[in-house]
Amino acid sequence: MTPKIKIRGLKKSFGPKTVLDGVDLDVMPGTAMVVIGGSGTGKSVLIKSILGLVTPDAGSIEIDGEDVLTVSRSRAKQRRAQIGMLFQAGALFDSIPVWENVAFGLLAEKKIPRKTARHKSIEILAQVGLDATVADLSPAELSGGMQKRVALARAIASSPKIMFFDEPTTGLDPIMGAVIDGLIVDCVKTLGSTSIAITHDMASAVRIGDTAAMLYNGKITWTGPAATLLTTDNPLVDQFTHGRREGPIRMALRK
Amino acid sequence: MNPILNLIAAIGAAVLNGLGFIGELAIFAATGLLGVLTPPYYPRQVGRSLMEIGFYSLPVVSLTALFTGMVLALQSYTGFSRFNAESAIASVVVLSVTRELGPVLAGLMVSGRAGAAMAAELGTMRVTDQIDALTTLSTDPMKYLVAPRLLAGIIAMPLLVVIADILGVLGGFLVASLKLGFNPNTYLISTFSNLRQDDVVSGLIKAAVFGFIIALMGSFNGYRSKGGAQGVGAATTSAVVSASILILALDYILTQLLFTK
Repeated sequence: MTPKIKIRGLKKSFGPKTVLDGVDLDVMPGTAMVVIGGSGTGKSVLIKSILGLVTPDAGSIEIDGEDVLTVSRSRAKQRRAQIGMLFQAGALFDSIPVWENVAFGLLAEKKIPRKTARHKSIEILAQVGLDATVADLSPAELSGGMQKRVALARAIASSPKIMFFDEPTTGLDPIMGAVIDGLIVDCVKTLGSTSIAITHDMASAVRIGDTAAMLYNGKITWTGPAATLLTTDNPLVDQFTHGRREGPIRMALRK
Repeated sequence: MNPILNLIAAIGAAVLNGLGFIGELAIFAATGLLGVLTPPYYPRQVGRSLMEIGFYSLPVVSLTALFTGMVLALQSYTGFSRFNAESAIASVVVLSVTRELGPVLAGLMVSGRAGAAMAAELGTMRVTDQIDALTTLSTDPMKYLVAPRLLAGIIAMPLLVVIADILGVLGGFLVASLKLGFNPNTYLISTFSNLRQDDVVSGLIKAAVFGFIIALMGSFNGYRSKGGAQGVGAATTSAVVSASILILALDYILTQLLFTK
């Protein structure tokens, strides 16, 4: 089967620091991939490269066989419209109410009337367990968990074929984290999307992912079923998932 | 390495950085202006920016203009009374306010208020991924965030300066008639008989340019900010300082270009 997303030899440096050093990764259609790795190992850069927010130094990124790094700007914009993204801190727009945040992509892409967009966004908010009373609130008036749900609602609003989740449970208590994970799984399955999530939260990784990959030293060093993350004998994954101080991963405490 | 070569290398690096900065600013300004002229247009964003730059700056600009006009009348009197030229005070006040002080002081005040707010808002949006989120939602951040602010700056500043001109002249009038003993009618006749259309127009042209500069520097510094709260703070400071310096420098250039005898 042809991968939905195929990444080959992806490299990216910021000044002297090499973040991605030849990443190869395949994500099959309709599957949920979880990428794990330490802080600063380039997980977010990887997702931002696929989204076109960061320009890689070398390598290729194919979606449905089309290299997204070489397509025209208009085609890249079309591609981006098929991708939903849940940012780590939600990245909700403070200056507009919740419903407009959710309907932002619909208003921008499909030019639907504002009244219809508001109605649609209330339906989508219901899918993530929020009622219509939050629609007219400002994002700043919501709790962290509710903001995450609104951000998820915004990400799924245009029924994207591909979804990215950047640390979806960061900053949430374990119960709210599990709720968000459940919503993510439901949304991805309902839409039949292909997804990539990056996380440090191993419980979340096992819940969300079908497959998992570990990013270390700028390369994918392990891939396997997400269910085996906690039992694999790969020493890098074993140390990381169990949070052991001793092992092959050395944290640079001082530069 | 040879210390002289080190010095030359440092100077070279600084020049290259400076040229790079100017190039980046020019591209940013051109892209923003192109966004003003080409669809999609965001009238709600323009309206919001007009409120931010224009309406909410009204109190501070009004007070600045009023007090400046009052001080100008007093100071002019001190000087002109020494050679019996008190009758020129009305002309000095109205010409100083409309041609020079109105646009420059309004520009500096708006830069400190709206320019700083703009840089802080866009800077926060940058460091909290909101600008990236716009891109993922099929929206060009330059068109959605920057172009409306540039347009609002160009529109709002001349409107503010019209009000500043009126209040500056009013301040001078109040001091002249209530404190310095001028006949109010004579003062007003003297004010308007010496005021020409191009005095006001040259001030408004300056105001439009200053409005563009304030919005440009606020947007540019905010848009490029990085590094969390400290980066946003630095962007805000940089926006105000750079806009203020550019306003003063451009004021001279524009005065030279619009100079009439």
